[in-house]
This record gives sequence, structure tokens and C-alpha cells, in this order.
Amino acid sequence: MSRLAWRVAYLREVRDETPSARTLVLDVPGWPGHLPGQHVDVRLTAPDGYSAQRSYSIASAADGDAVELTVQRVPDGEVSSYLAGAYAVGDPVELRGPVGGWFVWRSGDPAPVLLVAGGSGVVPLMSMVRARAAAGSRMPFRLVYSARTPDDVMYAEELKRRALSDRGLDVSYVYTRRAPDGHGRPAGRLTAVDLAEWGWPPEFEPAVFVCGPTGFVEAAADLLVDAGHDPRRIKTERFGPTGG
Amino acid sequence: MTFADTTFTDGNALAGPLRELFALEMTSADGRCATCGRTGPVADLRVYGHENGPGLVARCPGCEEIVLRLVVTPERVWLDLRGLVSLAVIR
Repeated sequence: MSRLAWRVAYLREVRDETPSARTLVLDVPGWPGHLPGQHVDVRLTAPDGYSAQRSYSIASAADGDAVELTVQRVPDGEVSSYLAGAYAVGDPVELRGPVGGWFVWRSGDPAPVLLVAGGSGVVPLMSMVRARAAAGSRMPFRLVYSARTPDDVMYAEELKRRALSDRGLDVSYVYTRRAPDGHGRPAGRLTAVDLAEWGWPPEFEPAVFVCGPTGFVEAAADLLVDAGHDPRRIKTERFGPTGG
Repeated sequence: MTFADTTFTDGNALAGPLRELFALEMTSADGRCATCGRTGPVADLRVYGHENGPGLVARCPGCEEIVLRLVVTPERVWLDLRGLVSLAVIR
């Protein structure tokens, strides 16, 4: 008997985020709620019994039985290509969670927050931005979001709206391949100057969350430590191909 | 060029599998490496291994030695902790 039970979730709604990513709004009967930054394990089982399992960060703030995951479509990804493709409204999927408790923002934490996202690493950080608003928190939040091009920005409309309406939330963008006209910053990788300009000074002792591909996370964490941030205040979450 | 599914490559990936064994959340636990003595959260370990493969290997981010191995079979979960001196868990 497992301590962590698998549940059956059903797809309620789909939202396209970018040409290659979509958000799945799942109904999970009996969902106990979650903290922003936690994730779920999703399991698919074929009729012949073969099963595949992956972890996904939760994108939404806790809201009843609804759990939102944002899935990036990857060629040959046996789980993601199904979830981002053929998986249709009303279809079931097995899910367990929430799991994880380290890469998590708690609304009672008295530190200002710096979120650094690389690509789809924005997903758990978006959960934090949404949970902050849901909790009515006034804690200063800064999100520095690195994306390849403007077309690759997830939650683009919502972030634009929240940057205006969520008091104390600043959102800055770093484009690595192509910046929109008038952006001011030429396309290129995240630098120390970006983090100095759009992050918090180390003296503010912010809680820092960095999420993205492994190389991005290592580079960003190194820049933050070099700038004087206490490594113990920098929480990281890395992802990469499964290699299979 | 082809890509496979992306997945966590650090100790955050161990949250679900370890939750099968432990009553408490283990990625926040501080582990002390038996090789170099480095202490840090399980979430910071470097994790290797295909999730559909037999298991996961976690290495110390300081010295790269193996600190933890987890193998899940249909009948059993094997946890090898010989690379750890201790795990300190917040109650």
C-alpha cells in the first residue's frame, strides 16, 4: 500500500500558451490543495500494460479540485506529446501529488521574492505569482523571465495584465534569440546586469527561486552568488531531457 | 535532432518516489555526503536516470559521488543510502 495514492483526473479545459505549449485544466476529485512550486507525477498506461511516468510542475494557485499543468510539446516525448496533442477534454489521466516541499513559496515568508525563469521554467513561478494574488499578499515580487522570442512567452496576456494590476509585482523579459521592436535590450543570454537591474540587491535578502533547463539554472545561480546573494537563499529546480 | 520528454534533473525529481516510502516530505531534508561532508537539501542533489528505467541515481553537487540510489520494481522499492552519513528532516 503506497503512502501516496494515484488519483484519476479528467481534462476539463485546454488553453494554448504558445505554438508548442498548452495548459491542461484538470479536475482532480478530492484534490487536497497544494503550495505554489509543488508538482505532480502523471502516469500513462497503454492497453498492453506499458506505463510511462513524468513529473510536471503545477501552474495554478490552489483552487478547489482544479489543477493546471502547462505542457511543452516535444517531438518523441512519449508523455508530453500525448498530453499536448491527442489528450482531449473528458479524457482521464492518472496523477499523484502534490509532492515536493523545498521549491515552494509560503505566503507567510517575510522576504521579498525574486523569480528567475528560463523558458518553461516559468510554470512553477507562475503558480507563485498567482498564489500571491489569491492570498492578497503585498509581498514585493520580481519576475525575470528569459524566453527565446516573444512568441515563446507563456501566460503573456496574463503577465501583462498582472504587471499592471497586481501591486508590487514587477515583470521583466530577457529575450535570447529575438527581442520585439522597442524592447531596448538586445537579444542575448541572461547577464549579471539584467539581474542587478531587475532583481533585488543582496542586502534585501530576497528569497530567490530559479527554474529552467539545467544550463540556465547553473548560469543564473552562479550570477546571483557572484553578485553576493547567499546561496542558501537561492532555491533551484532544473529540468532537461529524460535521455530516453 | 530529436528531444525526449523533459523532466527534473535534480533532487526535486525524488519528491514523488520518496513519498512512497516516507511519511514526511524528503526533498527539504538536509543530507550529509559520506564522501566530502557537504550538507544540503535533497532537492539540490544531481539526479540521473530515465524515469521509465529501473531507477534513479543521485550524486552530490559538491564531489559528484553517488549519495543515493532508488530502484522501483513492480514488487519493491529499493533505497540505497550508503553515500549519506545522515538525513535531517524538519518535523
